[in-house]
Amino acid sequence: MKREVWVFAQRENGKIAEISLELLGMGRELADTLKVTLAAVVIGNRIGELAPTLIAHGADKVYLAQHERLDTYATLPYTRTVVDLVNRFNPDILILGATALGRDLAPRVASHLKVGITADCTDLAIDQYTDPVSKQRYTDILMQIRPAFGGNIIATIVNPETRPQMATVREGVMKVLPADSERTGEVVTVAPPLTADDFKVHLLESTVVERRVNLKSASIIVAGGAGVGTKENFKLIFDLASCLGGSVGATRAAVDGGFIHHDYQVGQTGTTVRPRLYIACGISGSVQHQAGMAESKKIIAINSDPEAPIFETAHYGIVGDLKDVIPKMIAAYKGSTL
Amino acid sequence: MAYHLIVLAKQVPDTTDVPAKAMKKDGTLNRSALPAIFNKDDLNALEMALQVKESYGASVTVITMGPPAASEILREALYRGADRAILLTDKQFAASDTLATSYILSAAIKKAGAGDLILCGREASDGNTAQVGPQVAEKLGIPQITYVEKICTLKDGLLEVQHLVDSGYERVRAPLPLLLTVMPDCNDPRPSAGKRLMRFKKALSPAEVKNSMRGNPDSASTADASCQHLKERGLLITEWNAHDLDIVPELCGRSGSPTWVKKIERVVLTSTDHKTYPPTDEGVGQLMQELTDDHTFG
Repeated sequence: MKREVWVFAQRENGKIAEISLELLGMGRELADTLKVTLAAVVIGNRIGELAPTLIAHGADKVYLAQHERLDTYATLPYTRTVVDLVNRFNPDILILGATALGRDLAPRVASHLKVGITADCTDLAIDQYTDPVSKQRYTDILMQIRPAFGGNIIATIVNPETRPQMATVREGVMKVLPADSERTGEVVTVAPPLTADDFKVHLLESTVVERRVNLKSASIIVAGGAGVGTKENFKLIFDLASCLGGSVGATRAAVDGGFIHHDYQVGQTGTTVRPRLYIACGISGSVQHQAGMAESKKIIAINSDPEAPIFETAHYGIVGDLKDVIPKMIAAYKGSTL
Repeated sequence: MAYHLIVLAKQVPDTTDVPAKAMKKDGTLNRSALPAIFNKDDLNALEMALQVKESYGASVTVITMGPPAASEILREALYRGADRAILLTDKQFAASDTLATSYILSAAIKKAGAGDLILCGREASDGNTAQVGPQVAEKLGIPQITYVEKICTLKDGLLEVQHLVDSGYERVRAPLPLLLTVMPDCNDPRPSAGKRLMRFKKALSPAEVKNSMRGNPDSASTADASCQHLKERGLLITEWNAHDLDIVPELCGRSGSPTWVKKIERVVLTSTDHKTYPPTDEGVGQLMQELTDDHTFG
């Protein structure tokens, strides 16, 4: 029996979270390459109705771990449940979304199992690996690809000696495959071995905050970076976005600079987007940011520094002061549509 | 009873504003050309610890793992109000991934007296993995609460905090000991206190003392005397190596790290066709017209 590829399926408002559906698409490719079973793992209480969705989106098998105390996510009981499942079924690969939940659960599980894990991957693939020191050759290894170090680099990470090979994957790097209700699969129900110690953390109150921004589905994004300079200047970004009917995005530097809330961030720890048009204002173009937006269909860069790396990615470039250029764009757009 | 708080901090290259001279010809980053700074999120963790100290009574120990030069952030922590600073440095620690790092840090936390509350920044700005906090908590066998925004109350060994989750935020309560990872911008890290700066700017770790005496024929005995002198004045930064921590060498560094870097590539993200327009009414107008004509605007 060949070891399986597993996707941890996160729940959100009683449904499977979009990121987990994206991961099923990615897991499907990995499992097909390895010619193994793709399984989804879902944890909760009375969640049997979710299995058909997971199968329709690519899973061959669904592990349902159910317990009345697992309805709401908590680190310790979920860790114990995942660890128990891994120890019983020995998967080859386990991937989770790089969500708040995934980034809480995955490293804890990896630490318990003493296996390698890579955070915030933007791509996964199967390939061989030869260790340069020992010359040992490993086949069918998970390539975990992510930007790193704030510079223009992308690292490929492997952990060929430990199983499962674990990774968290950013939201939005894969498209959700269309559901195929004809697909069939196996459902395996398991009882998690929980203990009283797993419930040391008590949830007192939970407050739902609607996501202010949905960059993933935006077709036009106007984004600002450090070059915007101030919170006040950021209003120009909002003005242009509202004029074009687009959404506002930001780089980490703009978020760190306090110009705008983290929800708007595009890039490494933010969101990956692929709009029809991406207007980068005062953005120099770090690799993290570019990894988050390079698949945009058209990119306009506005920057006063002609050497800014963003100009290499952009289809259209304007070297100039955004405080000057943006009002001109708004005027030109309004003029052409009147 | 005063609580014992332990803050885990990291010295990182400052990548917020990478100057051209820090870029190598192949497009990769020359990390040594960048200033080394206190990881931003860890300053929020330190500030949270110092606020707990003020409100509830506590001692604050800051631990960092890194080369001797990482003592600089320990001095900064002392300037801001930490009571004790510990440097974990050893060639065997080099090239540790997050799993090996969490093993070393958890051993150091145990040796430092376990601690009631361990605080870490959300993530380090050089790797952005956010993995070490949860991995340390697991090694210590204590619960973790990630993305903490504020401490609500601490009473009778029970801590109540507000933390971020995917759907919004939660208020949770748990008994100590606990590990928290702290959100950036959840507080305003205090600056160095003038008096503390004057006092602790002379604080050194033994490795720094030794480095400063290189080439001196009597360096070993002079260094020992110098360390003794600093210790008497409360200015010797505690330094532990693999031996001090009584850890298994195979579980540190590369041998203790299951994740390996296969390759690092320069990313060349280039568009196939590139047009530039001047920043004039006419140039901007042409661009907007082109995008209108090809229905990019919808």
